[in-house]
Amino acid sequence: MKILIIEDDREAATFLKKAFSEAGHTADIAMDGETGFAMADTGNYDVYVVDRMLPLKDGLSVIRELRGKGNTTPVLILSALGEVDDRVTGLRAGGDDYLIKPYAFSELLARVEALSRRSGSKDVETVHRVGDLELDRLSHTVTRAGEEITLQPREFRLLEYLMRHAGQVVTRTMLLENVWDYHFDPQTNVIDVHISRLRSKIEKGFDKPLLHTVRGAGYMIRAD
Amino acid sequence: MLRLSALMRTTAARLSALFILLFTACALVLVIYVSALSQRMIQAQTQDAVLEEVSTLTQVYERRGLTGLVRLIAVRARQPGANLYLITDHNGVILSGNVEMIEPGVLDIEGWTEQPFYYSRYGEASEVTDVHRAVALVARLPNQMILLVGRDLGEPEQYRSIVRRALTAALAMMGLGAALIWFFVGRKALKRIDSISEASRQIMGGDLTRRLPVSGSGDEFDRLSENLNAMLERIAALNEGLRQVSDNIAHDLKTPLTRLRNRAEAALAEQDDPQATREALERTIAESDQLIRTFNAILMISRLEAGYSAEATTKVDLAAIIADVVELYEPVAEEAGVALNADIAEGAEINGNRELIAQALSNIVDNAIKYSAGSNGKPEVTVSLARSGGAVRLTVTDNGPGIPESERHRATERFVRLEKSRSQPGSGLGLSLARAVMTFHQGELVLSDGKDGKGLAVAMVFPDAKNV
Repeated sequence: MKILIIEDDREAATFLKKAFSEAGHTADIAMDGETGFAMADTGNYDVYVVDRMLPLKDGLSVIRELRGKGNTTPVLILSALGEVDDRVTGLRAGGDDYLIKPYAFSELLARVEALSRRSGSKDVETVHRVGDLELDRLSHTVTRAGEEITLQPREFRLLEYLMRHAGQVVTRTMLLENVWDYHFDPQTNVIDVHISRLRSKIEKGFDKPLLHTVRGAGYMIRAD
Repeated sequence: MLRLSALMRTTAARLSALFILLFTACALVLVIYVSALSQRMIQAQTQDAVLEEVSTLTQVYERRGLTGLVRLIAVRARQPGANLYLITDHNGVILSGNVEMIEPGVLDIEGWTEQPFYYSRYGEASEVTDVHRAVALVARLPNQMILLVGRDLGEPEQYRSIVRRALTAALAMMGLGAALIWFFVGRKALKRIDSISEASRQIMGGDLTRRLPVSGSGDEFDRLSENLNAMLERIAALNEGLRQVSDNIAHDLKTPLTRLRNRAEAALAEQDDPQATREALERTIAESDQLIRTFNAILMISRLEAGYSAEATTKVDLAAIIADVVELYEPVAEEAGVALNADIAEGAEINGNRELIAQALSNIVDNAIKYSAGSNGKPEVTVSLARSGGAVRLTVTDNGPGIPESERHRATERFVRLEKSRSQPGSGLGLSLARAVMTFHQGELVLSDGKDGKGLAVAMVFPDAKNV
């Protein structure tokens, strides 16, 4: 995956570039808004990671102008601003995701990877399959090895989100945001308990685990 | 000299200088006017008297001839304070009168003398130097003799000089008085201002306990000082609050930072054992995540306390938020052996921020589950929603140990974790954040006893949107 990092803090940008390449991606750096806009406009990137406060042209203007030119590449906004409505402003400007500094790189990586898939075709698929687990979005049924599993509505949405990002790390905050539609940071391990419930439902009686815990990052559903 | 020039620059000095100028001008105009008027009156009186005298003398001359005239003049001339009388023959030889010597040329011109002239009287010869000035009417009798009747100018001249002296004295006194007032009032004002600026310099220098002097006279300087002092009090209170918060932050962040540092050091020491290194590093990351969480909570509280912003609020359904939070926490509660219920009589829409309310509510529910777990009997947490008296109350009731009434007001302060709860994990910011959220929504957070006087009830009281 090819990522464009528009960030004026040299150290942070270099760290991101290195960390992305260690995760198997390539990344370019732009140190100001003007350069970032030019590179985004001409280069062929899968995701833009844009800092909100940039010299020459601020992050939101860069995004707005790109969107104005019909560029639909997913954008993740990085921001030190965490006011109540900052996120809304950021997303309204055309951002696809919003991450407040300081953040864990694992969180950023998971979100960037999730974003790149968004532009793919998975959203329109009606049936998700991971190994012998199958989720049908239309009939709202889940089966494993042909056996039907009964899930609560929220558990269904949780599993759907995990399966849509099968093979990718999904963080706890991503789950809270996408499954519950809340953006705060819960004090305790509420998500973990939901996951372990879901896990017991889809794995009980089967040998092969599907829902894995990725230490220090989140969860991942995969077949092997 | 410096003080004098400073004195000259005071408002009092400028005002008194202006007043002196004004009064002097007024006094001058008055005196000039009065003296001119009185001089003219005196002159008219003198002329009238002289004219009358001349007409009397002329009549006597016509009736009784020269002898009668000379006799009358001799009589009149001897009276005390008499006019000037003089009769000469056509050659200018003095025949009768009380004038011994006269300025030459005066008798040559008939009519009123145009200028005052010098003369001396009989019997005053010993004081020749003492010549007098007078005005006179010179008339020529039918036999070519010359008659002069005049009046000494001593009186009017004396009067004029008295007025002049009085004016000078008055002006001098006025000037002196003004200078004194100017000096004392100006110096007093200057002194007060000096002491105020001295005090403020000390305050600026860092002595924030210093206050501006108040003399107790209740004048404008006192009022100014009192107001500035009240302002200083307010600043000091804010400063103190800020200092306390930063002390708390420093204290509460120091511990995890120290722990973080120790873990990193331990990880470095475990280099030979990759597994141990990895675990130590993971703990380090978990520790820093907790730190970041604490920081975020502190920042959020400050922002919320900064005030309500209408842009961040929309119509939100509290019942829906309760359903979400209860659903989110239900597995956690079940795991802890706590029964989590929602008791919603009716939906309630308010103007608010869904995220913030959900976050505050989940903090409260989180606390309630933590503290009621393990309590005697059946642990139970109930979230209820009720509308009463223009307010919407969202209450979380538990049957845990509760908080003694005396400690309740402290429970919502930042970083305060009541002694009993020190053993529980958490940043100590949960309730303060909830309180800040309520402040943001122009509502309040009320802590009271739970059901049957047991446990704790935390109520988020919102103003009812229907009443707004």
